[in-house]
Amino acid sequence: MKKHRYIPMTEQNEREMLAVVGAESMEDLFVDIPKNVRYQGTLPMSSALDEAGLLRHMTQLASKNADSDRYASFLGAGLYDHQVPVVINHVISRSEFYTAYTPYQPEVSQGELQAIFEFQSYICELTGMEVANASMYDGATAMAEAASLASAATRRKKIVISSTVHPETREVVRTYAYGLGIEVVEVGFDNGVTDLTQLESSIDGDTAAVLVQSPNFFGAVENVRAISDLIHAQKGLLVVSANPISLGLLEAPGKLGADITVGDAQPLGISGSFGGPTCGYFAVSKALMRKIPGRIVGQTTDKNGKRGFVLTLQAREQHIRRDKATSNICSNQALLALSASVYLSIMGRQGLIDVCDLNLKKSHYAAKQLSAIQGAKLAFSSPFFNEFVLQLPENTDLHALNEKLLEEGFIGGYDLSRQYPELGPAMLIAVTEKRLKEDIDRFAEILEGSL
Amino acid sequence: MNTTLDLTTPTMLDGKEDCALIFELSQPGRVAYSLPECDVPSSDEEMSSWLPAEFKRSDAAALPEVSEVDVIRHYTGLSRRNFGVDNGFYPLGSCTMKYNPKINEDVARYAGFAKIHPYQPVSSVQGALQMMYTLQNDLAALTGMDAVTLQPAAGAHGEWTGLMMIRSYHEARGEHRTKVIVPDSSHGTNPASATVAGFETVTIPSNAKGMVDLDKLREVVGSDTAALMLTNPSTLGLFEEQIVEIAEIVHEAGGLLYYDGANSNAIMGITRPGDMGFDVVHLNLHKTMSTPHGGGGPGAGPVGVKSILIPYLPAPTIEKKADGSYDFAEASKDSIGRVKAFYGNFGILVRAYTYIRTYGPDGLRRVSECAVLNANYMMARLKGHYEVPFAGPCKHEFVMSGSGLKQYGVRTLDVAKRLLDFGYHPPTIYFPLNVEECIMIEPTETESKETLDGFIDTMIRIAEEAKTDPELLLNAPYTTPVTRLDETNAARKPVLNCACS
Repeated sequence: MKKHRYIPMTEQNEREMLAVVGAESMEDLFVDIPKNVRYQGTLPMSSALDEAGLLRHMTQLASKNADSDRYASFLGAGLYDHQVPVVINHVISRSEFYTAYTPYQPEVSQGELQAIFEFQSYICELTGMEVANASMYDGATAMAEAASLASAATRRKKIVISSTVHPETREVVRTYAYGLGIEVVEVGFDNGVTDLTQLESSIDGDTAAVLVQSPNFFGAVENVRAISDLIHAQKGLLVVSANPISLGLLEAPGKLGADITVGDAQPLGISGSFGGPTCGYFAVSKALMRKIPGRIVGQTTDKNGKRGFVLTLQAREQHIRRDKATSNICSNQALLALSASVYLSIMGRQGLIDVCDLNLKKSHYAAKQLSAIQGAKLAFSSPFFNEFVLQLPENTDLHALNEKLLEEGFIGGYDLSRQYPELGPAMLIAVTEKRLKEDIDRFAEILEGSL
Repeated sequence: MNTTLDLTTPTMLDGKEDCALIFELSQPGRVAYSLPECDVPSSDEEMSSWLPAEFKRSDAAALPEVSEVDVIRHYTGLSRRNFGVDNGFYPLGSCTMKYNPKINEDVARYAGFAKIHPYQPVSSVQGALQMMYTLQNDLAALTGMDAVTLQPAAGAHGEWTGLMMIRSYHEARGEHRTKVIVPDSSHGTNPASATVAGFETVTIPSNAKGMVDLDKLREVVGSDTAALMLTNPSTLGLFEEQIVEIAEIVHEAGGLLYYDGANSNAIMGITRPGDMGFDVVHLNLHKTMSTPHGGGGPGAGPVGVKSILIPYLPAPTIEKKADGSYDFAEASKDSIGRVKAFYGNFGILVRAYTYIRTYGPDGLRRVSECAVLNANYMMARLKGHYEVPFAGPCKHEFVMSGSGLKQYGVRTLDVAKRLLDFGYHPPTIYFPLNVEECIMIEPTETESKETLDGFIDTMIRIAEEAKTDPELLLNAPYTTPVTRLDETNAARKPVLNCACS
């Protein structure tokens, strides 16, 4: 048998250990597996590579991808190209964090437990909610879990979701809702935000919750307070998905009437990674505390009265309640939650305000430059944060346009025509603090030349 | 303190000093960030027209004001109060706490993987798609399945995805099947996932050998059976010897078989769920494929299916086109839909693929052999000191019971806490539920005989201490940053954040 660097078993170890077990050979350890289901031969899988060969192979694969170090990106649509402070990678590379399991043994897991407690504190502070959990898979599944919680808490089986919620989030919500037997009603938009008249007529006494996103998929800021009044009039719950970085500028959903606030923490120092892993966050009002899904860390004291942290309120969870649990979730995105916490520690009170300010100014500059192009215009006049919809002439081939932009070193915006054909050729454009004025100007030039 | 342990010996954890919350370090005016000067023109007048005042935040978020040095010291301090695989032996049963190779971490951070966007033109992410396509095929080969989705973010997420496909399959055939059968040794996520997928759970007891009781199974299967969920080897570390008969019983009743792949580290290249008769399988890449657990996540839980379930796979999967390029396959009209935003935990998939390529198929088989030998060796050496309820051979893990120590007033929990003083992470305890005072040990293949012997000797010593000085165990641990914590009060009067403002 060829030796391998991750396996310390020597031939002598193997002989000695087999002798202690009372086995003649490795084969003896597998006698309990029926012969007719034993695999014979070599699995048809990728072959082994030595370290240098593997690095070469992975470098080659990586080089076939256009990354945001080499290309200026105007693509957002739920995943944003913000500056990731270099400190974050150093912290999450501490192997005491990344090689640990869920903190089941609190005496040797105080670091992770405190990190999660701080993450929960950060989320509560940003969202204006009273209780946050340790995190969820992503923003989309967090919203689906919010629908589940709302249905269970109100004992109602219908939810109303705005069509301005991210299309993939809506799809995930529908998949979960089907499993749980929850009816999903979708309402349209007007001027890029949820159509309140349509929303009002969709809510009734059977509605468990209204689910909205703000800033929404088009980048537009929703009138959350008005939506809150509509659903609360029918004693349903309000679920708001919020881009957490925008909360440096926009009012906290908790202050606008949200009962559950969710979202994806990716903008807070988490790299894109082709869409994952990111980190969903989940925060609720105090009334819903014992119905929240996932892990929660609480503060307590040890036998000597010293402050410490533990996993708590576990009576909600699958390992205790099994089929009666509030959710089947067992993990959380602890390492990404740590990234988000480090990001917020780095940015601090003023940094978060300043980064929002830059996003706002640069995106509005870009909107102005791009909408000045002959044939292009802003689709909506609703207020936006760092992303907006640019409508292009009827015959524009967005696929070809994005390929052209790529040749020029740009990753263009999101092609809305597939998800929202009613908008015609339209591009969702995100502008973060990383985009330089010269990037924006050049982007506008190429666009103009392509139309 | 009555202990023979030399407290001056450095332990794996030396961060005993109290650690302030990051919020408690705040000093007004201090910064840790670096942002560019604004290079675009704007006027205050314009700005106020962009966003109505009522949409703006009324009170700034009370985030800490600290320097970069404060941040680094704070989190380094926290890391010193945490125990990972790199700190020492972590034999947490059913969690496969194997070594997390460093090359995985390096390649996942390549800009070409870490800094790409899921909606970029397909032409600009061919390397990412090629990796995913290859991984789909590798995992299908490993599990004996016909197709794989890489989307689920974790094991429980994979379970639910698989069950949703099973539900759609039955519904498409016009059958109303409402029940999912699980053995009493199953992971808690199995029944919880069944509930979220809209099923009722039927739990069946294990027989005296720790195996599925076939008579009980025959009693409960019927026209309402949607699926049987099974972990094989089971959470007791035992291979279900009658797996072929089990599969026949379930299939004959019209149900499908779900394979919980949490324990796949025992069987790579030795046997495959697909060949045992399973129709759906999930793998925990953060267990079997060495991707780090991250303190609770992220993981990845790809799901493999037999051809009968391919129409129900969540969208999208990756396909290779006739011209050799890669693309996202169109969703089938019968797909259960989307289970997660984008395409799964890609960064974890990169690590898992890298791991597979360090071994190849023969190497992976060796991984399982060594994992199984390590577990059997530990069981053989420990069985005279703790009760072992089920005879071997075990697979990659085994269970013992601490019930023999009850006569001294000592419980399994106390043994676990005492292990902390010796620099070990304890095994899984009180799971599975069908073994009293359960201790579940999974050494993995990456631990040496010396490490196993050191741990075994310590376990024997602790069993001895239980007899001669039970107080010592009851008050353990002594060397950790905090002693035992008041969990009752934590749940009764929850303090769940620092309520900064």
